[in-house]
Amino acid sequence: MKKFSKHLYLFVVFVFLYIPIFTLILYSFNKSTYSVAWKGWTWSWYGKLFSNDSLLETAIHSLVLAATSSTVATIIGTLAAIAIFRYRFFGKKLLSGLIYVVMMSPDIVMAISFLVLFLIIQIKLGFWTLLFSHVTFCLPFVIITIQARLGQMNKNLIEAAEDLGANEYQTLRYVLIPVLLPAIVAGWLLSFTLSMDDVIISFFVTGPEFEILPLKIYSLVRLGVKPEVNALCTIMFIFTFIIVMVSQSLIKEK
Amino acid sequence: MTPSNTSWLKKASISTISLWLIIFALIPTLLVIATSFLQVGENNFVVFSFTINNYQKILDPLFFHVFFASCYLASITTFTCLLVGYPFAYLLTQFSPKWRRILLLLVIIPFWTSSLIRIYAIKILLLQIERALRVFYPDVSILYTEFAVLIGLIYTMLPFMILPLFSTMEKLDRRLIEAAQDLGATPLQTFTRVILPLTIPGIIAGSMLVFLPVLGLFYVTDLLGGAKNIVIGNLIKNQFLVARNWPFASAASVFVIILMAMLIFVYVKSVNKFGGGRYEKI
Repeated sequence: MKKFSKHLYLFVVFVFLYIPIFTLILYSFNKSTYSVAWKGWTWSWYGKLFSNDSLLETAIHSLVLAATSSTVATIIGTLAAIAIFRYRFFGKKLLSGLIYVVMMSPDIVMAISFLVLFLIIQIKLGFWTLLFSHVTFCLPFVIITIQARLGQMNKNLIEAAEDLGANEYQTLRYVLIPVLLPAIVAGWLLSFTLSMDDVIISFFVTGPEFEILPLKIYSLVRLGVKPEVNALCTIMFIFTFIIVMVSQSLIKEK
Repeated sequence: MTPSNTSWLKKASISTISLWLIIFALIPTLLVIATSFLQVGENNFVVFSFTINNYQKILDPLFFHVFFASCYLASITTFTCLLVGYPFAYLLTQFSPKWRRILLLLVIIPFWTSSLIRIYAIKILLLQIERALRVFYPDVSILYTEFAVLIGLIYTMLPFMILPLFSTMEKLDRRLIEAAQDLGATPLQTFTRVILPLTIPGIIAGSMLVFLPVLGLFYVTDLLGGAKNIVIGNLIKNQFLVARNWPFASAASVFVIILMAMLIFVYVKSVNKFGGGRYEKI
């Protein structure tokens, strides 16, 4: 009985977490245009979505931005995590602290600071400002993903490589990167979802010429509930779901 | 382990990350703090003269109510998430590793899903519930009330509370609980004297991850709250982009930064006192 009530509690919380998403998915197949009453199944909203050129263009913008910013964040973040792990250097504690603070910073605070910076140095708002800000908020997540893997790795591997005469680049290229590869890929994937989903920061640093998907979704959902938007959000959810499953299987502790 | 000769690789790695964070994190924050002490002149231009007016304006009843209401919404959200998430995280730790992984994954998926999409999803659900209820109670309204905003905030933030709590509880030494029980502690005593103190860093980390973002989540209040319920995020957005009052928007942002600094300070203290978890670096 006690065990039953415990399981019931978990079940109720999971229902709370998932019922809205399932409702959204269900209503993306609803024939009714006003998405209130159920009028039967249809795929037509998905069809409409893929024939909407302006929406496809925004989706491509977002994919390009997410791929670029997560690649830059992964390169800088991986090297940073390895450097913090391997070396002693001046300001190491300060650097780790700064990474931690960036991760804790609420989006709204980061958004305002980016915008003030970009307005002062007068970069035109658009792709580049989005890229710089996305890389910045992805960096801490890449770094902790890699650090977790470094913490589990056998440190003798590095020493063995050095004893056998590998220089630092060779140790990185032939020992560290292969060992860290699952975490590097996971970090990239997580950055990719972060970039694809960000609303608050992008809202402030975007320009009129480079429209991206989360902001497009925001402007659409403000207008009310629409079946095409349900279909779009369903696709985005499934996309995130797949990425999370893949990245979680990569960082599985051994 | 630590090569003494400084290689180009080491220099390149450290200088890239340091420069990046200095340019895109440290300097922008200092600029915001500086801007918060400036004035707005004619034609909405920022005038370079020192003032603390923007901070006094926070106390102006018109704006103070937004700050107060935001902190109130954030506190209720944090407290409810803690109340629901604490037993939840604890129950998760009692499963076999295989089940624990599966159940944890079910918390991680919403954690990474766009909160905008999740808020939109809960809007659809609340719309359906409202419609169903109106059959019996024609006057009931759920959407565009404070209740809807709170449900939305709790729904969005719950995974952010559960995950840090789970990671502190996972490392909790079971033997300490057994020892307490062997020494005759009642379940309540075991909880208040052993489990609770050891999980305080997780509680603070989770509260920080819930409380601070709530202050900025302008789209939750936009989509679920109507015009009456707004958070600091809405205020900053309006002041910056509509009223073009950068200095005041910056002051509001500095207010959030100060709250963050205080919470981080409390967290670091608690880790030092009660011992850290896997999240001690987070």
